[in-house]
Amino acid sequence: MVGIITYGVYIPRFRIKIEEITRVWGANASDVTGGLGVYEKSLPDLDEDTATIAVEAARHALARRDLDPGQIGAVYVGSESHPYAVKPTACTVGEAIGATPRMMAADFEFACKAGTAGIQTCMGLTKSQMITYGMAIGSDVAQGAPSDALEYTAAAGGAAFVIGNKDPIAAINHTCSFTTDTPDFWRREGEDYPRHGGRFTGDPGYFKHVEGASRMLLSELEKTAKDYDYAVFHQPNAKFPQKVAKTLGFTREQIAPGLVVPKLGNTYSGSSMIGLAATLDEAKAGDRIFVCSFGSGAGSDAFDIDVTDVIESEEFDRKAAPTVRKLLENPIYVQYAQYAKHKGKIVMQK
Amino acid sequence: MRDVAVIGIGCTRFGEKWGSSFRDLFVEAGTLALDDANLAGEQIDAMYVGNMSAGRFVEQEHIGALIADYAGMTKKHIPSTRVEAACASGGLSFRQAVIAVSSGMEDIVVAAGVEKMTDVGSGASVDALAGAADREWEGFVGATFPGLYAMIANDYTSRYSLTREQLAEVAVKNHYNGARNPIAQFRQEITVDTVLSSALVADPLRLFDCSPITDGAAAVVVAPLDRAREFTDTPIRVLASAQASDTISLHDRRDISTLDATIAAGDRAFRMAGLTRDDIDLVEVHDCFTIAEICAIEDLGFCKKGEAGTLTIEGATALNGDIPVNTSGGLKACGHPVGATGIKQIYEVVMQLRGEAEKRQIDGAKIGMTHNVGGTGATVAVHILGV
Amino acid sequence: MSVARFWRKIPQRYNLIGTRCTTCGKYFFPPRSFCPECRRSGNIVEHKFKGTGTVVTHTIIRTASDQFEDLTPYPLAIIELDEGPRMTAQIVCSPEEVKTGMRVKPVFRRIAADGTSGVIYYGTKYVPAE
Repeated sequence: MVGIITYGVYIPRFRIKIEEITRVWGANASDVTGGLGVYEKSLPDLDEDTATIAVEAARHALARRDLDPGQIGAVYVGSESHPYAVKPTACTVGEAIGATPRMMAADFEFACKAGTAGIQTCMGLTKSQMITYGMAIGSDVAQGAPSDALEYTAAAGGAAFVIGNKDPIAAINHTCSFTTDTPDFWRREGEDYPRHGGRFTGDPGYFKHVEGASRMLLSELEKTAKDYDYAVFHQPNAKFPQKVAKTLGFTREQIAPGLVVPKLGNTYSGSSMIGLAATLDEAKAGDRIFVCSFGSGAGSDAFDIDVTDVIESEEFDRKAAPTVRKLLENPIYVQYAQYAKHKGKIVMQK
Repeated sequence: MRDVAVIGIGCTRFGEKWGSSFRDLFVEAGTLALDDANLAGEQIDAMYVGNMSAGRFVEQEHIGALIADYAGMTKKHIPSTRVEAACASGGLSFRQAVIAVSSGMEDIVVAAGVEKMTDVGSGASVDALAGAADREWEGFVGATFPGLYAMIANDYTSRYSLTREQLAEVAVKNHYNGARNPIAQFRQEITVDTVLSSALVADPLRLFDCSPITDGAAAVVVAPLDRAREFTDTPIRVLASAQASDTISLHDRRDISTLDATIAAGDRAFRMAGLTRDDIDLVEVHDCFTIAEICAIEDLGFCKKGEAGTLTIEGATALNGDIPVNTSGGLKACGHPVGATGIKQIYEVVMQLRGEAEKRQIDGAKIGMTHNVGGTGATVAVHILGV
Repeated sequence: MSVARFWRKIPQRYNLIGTRCTTCGKYFFPPRSFCPECRRSGNIVEHKFKGTGTVVTHTIIRTASDQFEDLTPYPLAIIELDEGPRMTAQIVCSPEEVKTGMRVKPVFRRIAADGTSGVIYYGTKYVPAE
């Protein structure tokens, strides 16, 4: 039975309030926070990046379940902010968790859904029994250009999921993806910041693909929103996932545990995965979870998940690593100047 | 084994010497030493030169040959050897010269030390100096030299009594002495307040707790004691030469605020000379940071662990105290051109024993000691000289 | 730091792989391939350290070399690992939080980088442990 063996999340401790960013650019704070439903976002420490976040998330996952890291046969790290354009983050993670040398590895890029693409890959490898365990990580220190709308939400964080074919804490029964060539949001090679199509990112971007993949999955399984206890959607802000949930028939209560964006921001490749982790943090055996990620470019991956009783068994120790709720506690707030220093937005003389 | 004597000494002014190159510094110090010894260059049999990091500061290695060349020694093709032990390079250079003469291998030997530090920016200096510590496991993780001594200071103050004022008094005393030393980089007196209001470098050490970046060179000439009077009326005997090593990194030491290598070298030196601490009239210790002088006084056995602070504030280590420490002004006020310091210490003791130290003269000084440390205590050289 | 020198110690820097002498039982981190106690009669094996330890002494670095200047002021400490050996490392916390005797645990961080186009040096720093 293919599914999630264990999972872990890491969120850096630093935060900046959206009202602090609006103060710098002369925008109206309540207009922005009201419009986005996001109030603060995370940023990395001076010595953190996508790789360090990925390693911490991976180590948190391994702390919760006793498995031999040598049996992790594949590591895939999805990100828009890999520290190297050429030299995989997956290799650093593999070394740091003791999975090397017998492992497959590569870095993925698919905007905000590179991590869930990794989950799908690991599902295939483990279901076919080519490997025992595969680790899929979505991790980002997302960048938004100064004074661009994305700056209000681009955040830092990551989640790691170990996928296997035996005794999962949550079975992934089915997955499918809806993919098209859509230029809603992109970053050219060598450019510091992404660009986007403004309002074009909505209907032709996010909504078309999330609804597309969601309806595809629901129809293939002959299910409706009512067949689930929880739903997690990609969360570039709080409004988009709430709107698409409603369109598809999911309620506010169903998406509540997984809606982490208001106090976290959009962790890009980490977004839906952290939302799923937050849901699993509270889930009980027998809960049914619907997940649909979104990555610009564009595509969505949908998943049908059943939580098993292994999540409540002695084999899985959720308390051995911090929950998403715990990681969001006790933040260290900074002002814009320190935020810019941490995010490398200040041009230094080298 | 023959007795050895110092027959000549020379030292450049220490400081930021923009007009002087590495080679200029050595030639200046060497010329002064040879003049002082009434020696012709042709009489030199061998040279030792202490230098920590010419490679990092002026991109130059092969210093032994370079120095012999620029000292005009190439015709005689004498053996010339660079000696390196970080900040103890000078002390080791002197010891090698003493061994060469004492063993009978050589007769007239120059022991020099030179460092040219100001041709690179301060960030590069800090990094080069970190090579005196453990690059792989201290420097790589962000430790700096002041940071390591600051950790010694914090360990010391958590276990022994030492007030911030007592620690600052080390610098005050050394500046007082340096103001009376023509070769010192800093010749102004300071107060405890100067120290306590200076910028923090690595808590609790402030700018004025730290010896500076300096250019400078010093040279001394040694000869067999039984030939010394051919060259000078005031030969100064080398009564003991001792050296000790310890772990390179501070975290591997037996005791963070005790330099076991100082204890070992000090004990060996006293045994060699057949002397006790009471016989010493003055001692030049390695005060790369104020805390280093505190530990040195104790680890050399002049008082018990935890007492040096009191000794200092009571004036026992001042020029008119019971045991004058760093009459030259130490590394703090003279400056610390790394490889030159060990030789400058010999220079100071010889000046004192000859009665030539003028405004900082210790009356009737007959026996002096030098203490030169590499890194955070991984190498220590101790010498005792007497009239 | 050269590429090869950094790479050679990755297991040590990422995963605290040290050594132990089975003859005398002493642990070494950073690792030693030659036991200072037993010398040639020592038998050295690998040992992966738990990572938890106690701060023995510390300082706050305010002036650093070029590579670390952006991080100042940062806490630096000598940490005694639970198995015995001491090591030097940065502690990630505010300067006021560092105290001799506090318990710490390891985290994976970016130690330094060779400029903007060179290799990134990852390794272990410490955070306060509850």
